[in-house]
Amino acid sequence: MTDWPILSTITFLPLLGALFIMLVRGDEATVASNSRAVALWTTLITLLLTLFMLTRFDGSTAAFQFVERVAWLGDGVDYAMGVDGISVLFVVLTAALMPICVLAGWNSIKTRVREYMIAFLVLETLMIGVFCAMDLVLFYLFFEGGLIPMFLIIGVWGGARRIYASFKFFLYTLVGSVLMLLAILAMYWQAGTSFIPDLTATGFSADMQTWLWLAFFASFAVKMPMWPVHTWLPDAHVEAPTAGSVILAGVLLKMGGYGFLRFSLPMFPIASEMFAPLVFAMSAIAIVYTSLVAFAQEDMKKLIAYSSVAHMGFVTMGLFSMTMQGVQGGIFQMLSHGWISGALFLCVGVIYDRMHTREIAAYGGLVNRMPVYAALFLLFTMANVGLPGTSGFVGEFLTIIGTFQISTWTAFVAASGVILSAVYALSLYRRVTLGKIEHEGLETIADMDRREILIIAPLAVATILFGIWPMPILDLTASSVDALVSGYQEALAAHHSSGH
Amino acid sequence: MLSNLSLILPELVLFIGAMVLLMYGAFSTKDVTRGVDLGAMGLLVIAAVLALTQSPNGQEVAFNGAFAVDGFTSLMKGLTFIATAVAIAMSRDFMAREKLARFEFSVLLVLAATGMGMMISANDLIALYMGIELQSLALYVVAAINRDSLRSTEAGLKYFVLGALSSGLLLYGASLIYGFSGATGFGDIALAFQPENGQLPIAMTIGLVFLIAGLAFKISAVPFHMWTPDVYEGAPTAVTAFFAAAPKLAGMAIFVRVMMTAFPDAIVAWQQIIIFVSFASMALGAFAAIGQRNIKRLLAYSSIGHMGFALVGFAAGTQDGVAGVVLYMALYAVMTLGTFACVLSMRREGGMVEKIDNLAGLSQTRPFMAACLAIMMFSLAGIPPLAGFFGKLFVFRAAIDAGLYGLSILGVLSSVVGAFYYLRIVKIMYIDAPPEEPYAPMARDMRYLAGASAAFALLFFVYPAPLVELSELAASALFQTPAVEVVTSIARP
Repeated sequence: MTDWPILSTITFLPLLGALFIMLVRGDEATVASNSRAVALWTTLITLLLTLFMLTRFDGSTAAFQFVERVAWLGDGVDYAMGVDGISVLFVVLTAALMPICVLAGWNSIKTRVREYMIAFLVLETLMIGVFCAMDLVLFYLFFEGGLIPMFLIIGVWGGARRIYASFKFFLYTLVGSVLMLLAILAMYWQAGTSFIPDLTATGFSADMQTWLWLAFFASFAVKMPMWPVHTWLPDAHVEAPTAGSVILAGVLLKMGGYGFLRFSLPMFPIASEMFAPLVFAMSAIAIVYTSLVAFAQEDMKKLIAYSSVAHMGFVTMGLFSMTMQGVQGGIFQMLSHGWISGALFLCVGVIYDRMHTREIAAYGGLVNRMPVYAALFLLFTMANVGLPGTSGFVGEFLTIIGTFQISTWTAFVAASGVILSAVYALSLYRRVTLGKIEHEGLETIADMDRREILIIAPLAVATILFGIWPMPILDLTASSVDALVSGYQEALAAHHSSGH
Repeated sequence: MLSNLSLILPELVLFIGAMVLLMYGAFSTKDVTRGVDLGAMGLLVIAAVLALTQSPNGQEVAFNGAFAVDGFTSLMKGLTFIATAVAIAMSRDFMAREKLARFEFSVLLVLAATGMGMMISANDLIALYMGIELQSLALYVVAAINRDSLRSTEAGLKYFVLGALSSGLLLYGASLIYGFSGATGFGDIALAFQPENGQLPIAMTIGLVFLIAGLAFKISAVPFHMWTPDVYEGAPTAVTAFFAAAPKLAGMAIFVRVMMTAFPDAIVAWQQIIIFVSFASMALGAFAAIGQRNIKRLLAYSSIGHMGFALVGFAAGTQDGVAGVVLYMALYAVMTLGTFACVLSMRREGGMVEKIDNLAGLSQTRPFMAACLAIMMFSLAGIPPLAGFFGKLFVFRAAIDAGLYGLSILGVLSSVVGAFYYLRIVKIMYIDAPPEEPYAPMARDMRYLAGASAAFALLFFVYPAPLVELSELAASALFQTPAVEVVTSIARP
């Protein structure tokens, strides 16, 4: 069993499902229902395999596990897969959100169901690949490849301005990434390999680190997204179908943070330390500025999109503090944001499916007709604000503690940002659910059905469970983060003692 | 003598075969286009197999060093001949429907392939010129093959006039180089200009520039690209498909070979030019394509851009760089032919359509064709994991190694600009609403060809090693220290 390439299986199983869907024949209705079924089963089996992998995962070591390595492009560029404490949970998160995405599009996607499901399954393969890749070129392959299905998901099944949004998403992300590709090649020539552990062990010169760091930053800052390169995100979120938003907020944004953790911080510690003030400043601005922008939004999805940017500000701040709490908090915040923002987009999707508008002003008083919905929406709103007892609190708290030790001012600004998030989130909740029903059409709106509750329930459980008991996640990541932080400090100490 | 003939066997087969087919066509009383087509494809495949299996130990030369065969020429010839065969296969249905089916077409393509083979193997400036002219004359004629169409004859004439000009430039350059080195053989030219002899004489540099201008014309690199959009648009689409693939492969191959074998030590002199040509091609290809409404013109600019990317590897001037060029050209040929298989199927009731907007909603009416074309577009844009990405990966890898950071950054940025117009085609096919009148179904040949090249582009990443190794092997042939084999009759001054 130890020899079984479980990571490749998990990564490419969705692709196999997509192939199956391509082979489905019959009239339109049969194709649609069969495609849905195949997609659901594929994502569920992938999730089961991922959970099985998690049970075999040894959290006490920082080393990569389930490692596979086969010759691929030659000259030190191999097909290498492996997970450690930093990446394993992202794999699980991705696999867990996918069945939810499939179910979210179950009824709301009516045209080209087959292509929709194929796009999602291909996207799952590429996303899991990003977190499993142990080779930098392979990582880039998965990282960039994800643009194709996402472009189609937004462009084909999106809203009215979907063409603009999909092009903006694609080109914005591509600009950042191509510069990273050149940096990858420069690193390859320096180290003679693109195997990630070997690259981490290669000490790049301080000068080179600066350029490499900037090139990687161009890619990850756009993906994250950090202020001021975040403007593609609200557009993409607003126009994407519900499941597209869920996967965008839940997983795709995490690739930026994951990239910082896997590459920028361990490989370019000197440059990371040098640029940390810049990152802190950008994070602090993101937290305050986008929170204020969120408050001014009239579109629910746009509001949540801006709040995502603010929450990612906490992540970058925590990561670049390079303290145990900050980094662990950053990872926790990314995971928790994955399910909270996913759930919020699902909540928007629920009422959008009924009323076909995302305008906040078109709603009000939903609690009278939809008690279950109101309760769940309240839970996720509170989690988004970071109320203690929800998982949103743990991440924000840890990142603020971690940053406080390094940059008190940033922590101070970020903490005040928490208040701002309460302002926009609670106001959103009030305007949508509380009060009397005044708008036409809302008098007959129906509460969530079984499928919708089934989709959101696991996210609610995760929000509360990990809010009260975050230890499983923190324990799993501890040794890898510890190795990361101590390696970083050692590299810096060596650099500073060598006459700088 | 016999060993001479065995080295030129692929070209010999093509040449004699072309004559036989020509006689067969001319003296046959029936319409024999079909038979001649099949015969021509057979000849090309045989020649490709012969070329690929030649693989001599190191370099072997024939005819007093005028003709050379090594690992590089074998691979490039094999690819060129196969690309020509595929172009004939793609043309048959199109030519029949457009009432252009004439047996001379295939014969001309075989003759062009003969010229391309000679040109790739040329090891002497005179041989180079002969190869280029044999190829070009055949190409001028096929560009104007639709002689009743104003556009086609115009394309042929334009191509001929500008091509003659570029041949003149090339000859002028060759004469300067001969005048100052006293040699026409590549090996001798290289020997005449060792670095220890000091700087390159200025007239020699001028000769080099003229030579490069002539060769850059053949691969339609900026600033010698002006003919490309007009000829691509005017020539019948099947001819355009051929133009976009095989002559580009051959032109790039001889370009690289001339510079690497005749001027290896003058790299400082020509590297600057290549860098400029490469950057200008990438940028123009990316920006000028945005405004195009005709798919053939768009693909013309796209091919200009792709020549720029291939030249990035060439500009590096290293063995890795040449390997990158070979890989890039091979992948480019597959993608281009696959794309043209789809363009050739853009047919409505009333005939061919060429506007990009005519592709609207293709994904709903012809999902297979749309999927193939979309894969080709993403691949041409260089988005991983499709094949086009690996071509870019390898040329930029070499460029970074050679320290060409500026060129690399400009290159990847223009690839982003280029991605825009490839994406727009995908958008038109997948997002826009389909028109009333649907497309005619794809012909069976086209379906197979488009499907095969799409599958190749999609799955190349699974097992890229063979092609990567082949290209590295081919490149290494150019960098072996040439054995002292050339004894020319011309004494050096």
